[in-house]
Amino acid sequence: MADKHKHVDDISGVETTGHEWDGIRELNNPIPRWWVYTFYATIVWAIGHAIAYPSWPLLTESTKGLLGYSSRAVVTAELANAKAAQAGNAERIASSPIEDIMADPELKQFAISAGASAFKVNCAPCHGSGAAGGKGFPNLNDNDWLWGGNPKEIYQTIAHGIRYDGDEETRVSEMPAFADMLTPDEMRATAAYVLSLTATPSNPALVELGKQLFADNCASCHGADAKGSREVGAPNLADAIWLKGEGEQAITDQMRSPKHGVMPGWVNRVGDPVVKDLAIFVHSLGGGE
Amino acid sequence: MHYQPAQKAGSMERLEARPISAARVGRPLYEKRRKIFPKRAEGRFRRFKWLVMLVTLSIYYLTPWIRWDRSAHAPDQAVLVDLAARRFYFFFIEIWPQEFFFVAGLLVMAGFGLFLVTSAVGRAWCGYACPQTVWVDLFLVVERFIEGDRLARMRLDAGSWTFDKVCKRFAKHAIWLVIGVATGGAWIFYFADAPTLMKSFVALEAEPVAYMTVATLTATTYLFGGLMREQVCTYMCPWPRIQAAMLDENSLVVTYNDWRGERRTRHAKRAAALGEVVGDCVDCNACVAVCPMGIDIRDGQQLECITCALCIDACDGVMDKLGRERGLISYATLSDYSANMALATNNGAIPIDPRRVRDGNGVFVEGIRDFDWRIIFRRRVILYFGIWALVGLGMLYALVSRDRLELNVLHDRNPQYVVESDGSVRNGYVLKLLNMIPEPRRITLSLDGMPSARVRIAGQAPGDGQSFSVAVDPDKVTSFKIFVTLPKESLVEAQSGFSFRAEDPSSHERDVYRTKFIQPGTAK
Repeated sequence: MADKHKHVDDISGVETTGHEWDGIRELNNPIPRWWVYTFYATIVWAIGHAIAYPSWPLLTESTKGLLGYSSRAVVTAELANAKAAQAGNAERIASSPIEDIMADPELKQFAISAGASAFKVNCAPCHGSGAAGGKGFPNLNDNDWLWGGNPKEIYQTIAHGIRYDGDEETRVSEMPAFADMLTPDEMRATAAYVLSLTATPSNPALVELGKQLFADNCASCHGADAKGSREVGAPNLADAIWLKGEGEQAITDQMRSPKHGVMPGWVNRVGDPVVKDLAIFVHSLGGGE
Repeated sequence: MHYQPAQKAGSMERLEARPISAARVGRPLYEKRRKIFPKRAEGRFRRFKWLVMLVTLSIYYLTPWIRWDRSAHAPDQAVLVDLAARRFYFFFIEIWPQEFFFVAGLLVMAGFGLFLVTSAVGRAWCGYACPQTVWVDLFLVVERFIEGDRLARMRLDAGSWTFDKVCKRFAKHAIWLVIGVATGGAWIFYFADAPTLMKSFVALEAEPVAYMTVATLTATTYLFGGLMREQVCTYMCPWPRIQAAMLDENSLVVTYNDWRGERRTRHAKRAAALGEVVGDCVDCNACVAVCPMGIDIRDGQQLECITCALCIDACDGVMDKLGRERGLISYATLSDYSANMALATNNGAIPIDPRRVRDGNGVFVEGIRDFDWRIIFRRRVILYFGIWALVGLGMLYALVSRDRLELNVLHDRNPQYVVESDGSVRNGYVLKLLNMIPEPRRITLSLDGMPSARVRIAGQAPGDGQSFSVAVDPDKVTSFKIFVTLPKESLVEAQSGFSFRAEDPSSHERDVYRTKFIQPGTAK
């Protein structure tokens, strides 16, 4: 210690720290006592905290602490609580047929909420987070349904999928490729006729021939009025919604070498209650029947 | 502090009282607190302070217990801050979170109110109405009741720890803590139904936050009112510092009128006999003894002075006994004081000469200025009052004209629109109806500006109309999912948007919300 250099301020009589800036010296006043006590209190608190809670890092884990606290255990308990709070409604959904759930406003609302969160996890990758779909992936908001739009039919579609190998009850249909059966000109004429049902084709002269070709080749599935058939999932061709793309070229392409979407069945993945939730949620989007 | 027996000073008993503010020059930056033992004062200001204490404490402790009938759908507590439900009730006024500006306005009014009071009558808030002042006063009542007045307390404090001292100290601190608990206890009743909370609190079944709040406020009340007292005002509170900047030469401050008091002497008769000129002050120290801040007002206006005026009471009592005019210490403005001082010192040419302020009969001369109440109505006071009143009137107008029915509309963001099978376009909206009265209502919702559009509530059968009626819960927000469908051939109608209109058919209260209808090609 440099005691012999101790410097005392003349005016206040307080020892200085020995630091000097342009002749100004810093007084070595004691820290306020409340501050010191607070500081000591924090040290005591830290020791207590280190004993009570997980703190010291070891090689593979940390010390456990006397209270046995773990943030993971807290989350687990919270999740269990949340599950327990839902238990009543969840059980009723599991045990009720879907019509009964639809008839009970409270249960229906619960299913819609549960379905909305299940949708984001399982369905959004193909159908989009807003269920608006895209080319080849149906928009679930509108009122155009390939396989039926009441809750029961939606449930069937979600549960067992479409053209899904892993489920024997899956919905199956296949549109033949007309490349071998019709000439390109005939396909163009058919496309012109299909488009003429809702819009003006590029060459109206082809419509008459197309109409005949449609009756011969397409009406068996899509219906004489081209409004499709839910029995076989044949789309309605006389409406504003085009799953595989709009326009004559898209129609011709689909006729020549049809693309078939595949949707997996979900009942074995997420279980029956969640499929019910999903069906009711999809039904609630605005196009449900 | 060493207690010394009182000395006789003429006919007045002299109190040994050293002000904490003595020797202001060269005072160390850090100083251990010197204990203050305020003597009991009596007089008109003390009586007024008792009254203020009674009123303010009554308001604080009793307000949560006032009942106010608001029908079955809202709590019947007159003043209630319902944090869980996010409602604030004040008698006939109910405030929703989005109306919080009313509270902000009240705070603005409180701020300007302080400015107004300070510029009109000085630090009246500090001296009479501040909770710190009121609670310290209350704690002093307890202290005096148990330990006696100033001298007894000083003796007790200086004495050794006898059984009697332990008992008295224990009783005092115990009662202080009880007051602290009652203070913290009253606070929580503002945030929940008071009778219910009282029952559950006593039964130890209330929420932990209630006990924590009471414990915290008990601690602060005990600490601030019992232990820290004047240090809160001097060291912690920012208001004295702000006020220091707000006082001017026309502000009312507690003033020692040394133009009539000096030269002070304890031996007035002897001095007079010797032909010396003496003032009215007999240096009895009564003003110092009663001061809760422990200062000597005769040193002049100072930061510590909260203008509680107890020194005025003490000095007036002494003046009465001596048969002199009251007001040696008085509320005075600096300008009046300076004028009188100039008179007494011949504009500073000579030391204070009390003979200059009195005529031969001992009556004050003509030129002595007394407090003139008209000084209160000066420009800045009127300006502060104007601002204060303007904010108040603005809030009053906002309160009277505010809507109790509000409609908010959120357009679906994903998907923004849906093309239906027949080519018509559908938009989804969430309508939030705020029914801000505690009565259930039926509200008619209708569409304005798209005559061909059809509206329906999600989950209900498609309607063909443009309006429908919904039931809304009392004092709640009710949400509806709405679908609006516009036929393909009428899409042009949607170009300039449309409005939702909510109307209460019985009161004709209404709210309109303008929004957009998005269709292919316009989506963003």
